Amino acid sequence: MDYFKNDLSSLHAGLLNKDFSAQELTAETFEQIKARDQKIESFLTLNEQQALAAAKKVDEDGITDADKLAGIPVGIKDNIVTKGLKTTAASKILGNFEPVYDATVMDKLNAAKMINVGKLNLDEFAMGGSTENSAFKITKNAWDQTKVPGGSSGGPAAAVASGQLLAALGTDTGGSIRQPAAFNGIVGVKPTYGRVSRYGVIAFGSSLDQVGPMTRSVKDNALMLSAIAGHDKHDFTTSEREVPDFTAKLDGDIKGMRIGVPKEFMDQGVADDVREAIKNAIKIYEKLGATVEEVSLPYSKYGVPVYYIIASSEASSNLQRYDGIRYGFRADDVKNLEDVYVRSRSEGFGDEVKRRIMLGTFSLSAGTYDAYFKKAAQVRTLICQDFSNVFENYDLILAPTTTSTAFGIGEEINDPVTMYMNDILTIPVNLTGLPGMSLPAGFSNGLPIGMQLIAPQFGEETMYRAGYAFEQATDFHKEVPTIGGEN
Amino acid sequence: MAITADEVKHVAQLAKLEFTDDELQMFAGQMDDIIKMVQQLSEVDTTGVPVTSTVAEAKNVMREDKAIKGTDRETLMHNVPQKDRGFVKVPAIIDESEEG
Amino acid sequence: MNFTTTIGLEVHVEMKTNSKAFSPAPVQYGQEPNTNTNVIDWGYPGVLPEVNQGALEYGMRAALALNCHITKDIHFDRKNYFYPDNPKAYQITQAQTPIGHDGFLEVELEDGSKKKIGIEEMHVEEDAGKNTHDPDGYSYVDLNRQGTPLIEIVSKPDIASADEAYAYLKKLRQVIQFTGVSDVKMEEGSMRADANISVRPIGSDQYGTKTEMKNLNSFEHVRSGLKFEEKRQENVIRAGGSIQQETRRFDVNTGETVLMRVKEGKSDYRYFPEPDLPPIHISDDWIKEVKDSIPEMPEQRRARYVNEWGVTEYDANVLTQTMEMSDFFEATVAAGADPKLAANWLMGDVSAYMNDKKLELADLALTPEHLAQMIGLIKDETISSKIAKKVFKQIVANDTDPKAWVEEKGMVQLSDPETLQPIIDEVLDNNAKSIEDFKNGKDRAVGFLVGNIMKQTRGKANPKVVNKLLMASLKER
Repeated sequence: MDYFKNDLSSLHAGLLNKDFSAQELTAETFEQIKARDQKIESFLTLNEQQALAAAKKVDEDGITDADKLAGIPVGIKDNIVTKGLKTTAASKILGNFEPVYDATVMDKLNAAKMINVGKLNLDEFAMGGSTENSAFKITKNAWDQTKVPGGSSGGPAAAVASGQLLAALGTDTGGSIRQPAAFNGIVGVKPTYGRVSRYGVIAFGSSLDQVGPMTRSVKDNALMLSAIAGHDKHDFTTSEREVPDFTAKLDGDIKGMRIGVPKEFMDQGVADDVREAIKNAIKIYEKLGATVEEVSLPYSKYGVPVYYIIASSEASSNLQRYDGIRYGFRADDVKNLEDVYVRSRSEGFGDEVKRRIMLGTFSLSAGTYDAYFKKAAQVRTLICQDFSNVFENYDLILAPTTTSTAFGIGEEINDPVTMYMNDILTIPVNLTGLPGMSLPAGFSNGLPIGMQLIAPQFGEETMYRAGYAFEQATDFHKEVPTIGGEN
Repeated sequence: MAITADEVKHVAQLAKLEFTDDELQMFAGQMDDIIKMVQQLSEVDTTGVPVTSTVAEAKNVMREDKAIKGTDRETLMHNVPQKDRGFVKVPAIIDESEEG
Repeated sequence: MNFTTTIGLEVHVEMKTNSKAFSPAPVQYGQEPNTNTNVIDWGYPGVLPEVNQGALEYGMRAALALNCHITKDIHFDRKNYFYPDNPKAYQITQAQTPIGHDGFLEVELEDGSKKKIGIEEMHVEEDAGKNTHDPDGYSYVDLNRQGTPLIEIVSKPDIASADEAYAYLKKLRQVIQFTGVSDVKMEEGSMRADANISVRPIGSDQYGTKTEMKNLNSFEHVRSGLKFEEKRQENVIRAGGSIQQETRRFDVNTGETVLMRVKEGKSDYRYFPEPDLPPIHISDDWIKEVKDSIPEMPEQRRARYVNEWGVTEYDANVLTQTMEMSDFFEATVAAGADPKLAANWLMGDVSAYMNDKKLELADLALTPEHLAQMIGLIKDETISSKIAKKVFKQIVANDTDPKAWVEEKGMVQLSDPETLQPIIDEVLDNNAKSIEDFKNGKDRAVGFLVGNIMKQTRGKANPKVVNKLLMASLKER
């Protein structure tokens, strides 16, 4: 099965016509993974037996036209808990952790009869933008294996981009879906905060985290989001809004759409090749009948410091439960309780996680709380207001997803501040809770360039419409990488 | 403001982390860089600006006071490194100063 | 040098909701370890808190009963600290927006005077699990209690003596108990007190350095501990020393407080708003609804006992000290007992029995129905008050129907003249000397004769009837 020549709809049609069975599709997917993932290293755990058993069940039960996703393989970022299937968050501290319940998004995918083929690599606890912070392996960019796949959802992005899967679930706290999607030339969506349940998602920054789909096409992405979105009684921050069929209005017609391009997102250290690609995208949108104008988000430049304080503060608290007592790694030869805590955590966490825990702990401390956490939470309000102001006059914001194309493995890992600044264009979307999408908008030196669309709260339909129109008007999504000289 | 190795050590204590001297130097340096970046915020006038601690649309969400039977103990105990007679077993506490 | 004492109390009360504060696991005591828990209580990766409306409403009830203002817009905060019984390593609490604030409690002091003690704030939070330390060098963690809703009630530093602290706690327990949100049993840990105390020379306008005693589990310990601590601090200062900020433990055996640890600065709990729970607005309608759901408080019950049932003020006050007693009293009256007699029995023999055996009302076999029935038997003269003592002994310790038991044991009082007259005649026949004494004006003889008649009837004769018949018979002789 060539995933480069298919999408979710064509697989569904094939299954429905009995051109192939779910078991055949699943078995072929594993073969493909085994061949390609040697070079890409995107999977942490394969779920082969369970997946084949699930596919068999789908075949036995039969597929109807309403089961749009039934029998189709999907990959899951390894910070989403899967009952009975090892879930590590790419951390030594959860190296042998076997969840005893399923995340709500897993319940939803299981109900849709998708086949979970395995767990995908990430930066430890989703902290990072290169997947180099994984405790287990370094995933490679699908287009150039000397480059990072981005992160933290580098595993899902590279697996989809390299044709091992058509769809995967990622999580996005500061750009962790959109940035790797951009680096790998695929479509990644961070939904509105509260659109998708966080229950069963290993928490990083609780007020920022969202689960979202990573796919090769806009329509596939919309199909996946329709499947995982919705209110959850286990996540009190989810919205009770009805979930629309996000694929319903994909007709390519965006005439009259008002699009704003924040000037701050076009200069701040954005590489020339990226800026050119976005300027080209603006022209395409104008040709499609949209009006595109420059807008301003003056406080967005503070997004990075605000984000690093808030996300790290929440993370420092969220990660305290990894204490070696009830689950996860416990250091050997511990003599007393303090040892259990300090040694298990010091040996179990990697450097980037420790850095964030330290920054967060510092930001919440009695003497620094007002100047750090509280200050950041106030500036966050100003950033939210910036976006509200723009959305009074515009339907959508268009910007680059990243300041550059994928960087080389090992290039930035020892320079946290440079690494953090990479997220400058994606972070505001998490701080404001707005939905954002990255989709392919060009290439430079053989590496993909991502374009970001940002919609008002719960405005995913607008975002998908605009993304689909762009995709139909361009050929970037048709490009496929060659992996180790083949594909 | 530069952060000293001692301050880093104090924060580490709160976070239950320990560092070698070399690590301490590295972390102090990196944290210093991060804190410098973060201090840009001091130039923003936030007088009277409310904090944003959630961007959830949901408000007033509560659960009805209905009990659901506990999860099977064996299931919950599945990942426990050390257990005994239905209890989670941990090396004894020496310092009780953090007890709430 | 004379001193002024300043005491503050922080009291934690476990609420008897059906389910936990932030998870739907049941709130139940005395179960096998780790059986009333779920993945949320365990802080499993990926879980989220689910706030219990019932816990908030109980918290509001208590706040209203303590005359607090309700905070209209609340959110929860995380209090971060590591401990094995604290699985998330943070406790969800209300640091910034306590559900109630600026209330008061009016307590009655021993001299009969009344004093208002201010309540700084009252918040809803979750309890931790339980750690048992074993001599084998390990601790054993049971998370059944984890997540049980608590209210923490923080007094203002208005308490000026150990006796006032005692009176405050008693009153607090009474009020909370009558709201129905908790059993408030200190022995079982559903009410726990932390006390801080400082002294300063009279006239000084600065508070002294305070020391703290944690997890005191009886009112007496609070009083004795504070009394000891007050003296100790005064002595230290008199001797030219200074008090250091420290946590002390009350030693039950010696009646003294001993140093546990010196506090080095404030603990750093790194509080911040809980991002997993959206804020909650408490509307006026909701407050009214909760207010209307508060059961009758002691003051109202007392007034009813006095005005409707003719019970004395004093008795009504005693009967409403605890809800168990008040409920028992009302049930006894509802079962048909004369209210005044019911009050006498409960405050007399029943209380004496409980004190003697160190039992609670709930531990007794006695039911309000049996007590009411026995009181009925006394009132209609089926049994004498002497026999009643025997009946009480039986029904207080056994589930015995008093009426059936009295009949079975032949203890029914003899009031029928036709049965009693022959016995009286016989006694008179055998005691001619006494008749003569009576005629000669020696009243003592009557007592002797009555005694004999009672002896003949093994105490069952109705004294009133015997007296009447005897006097008539004597006149005829």
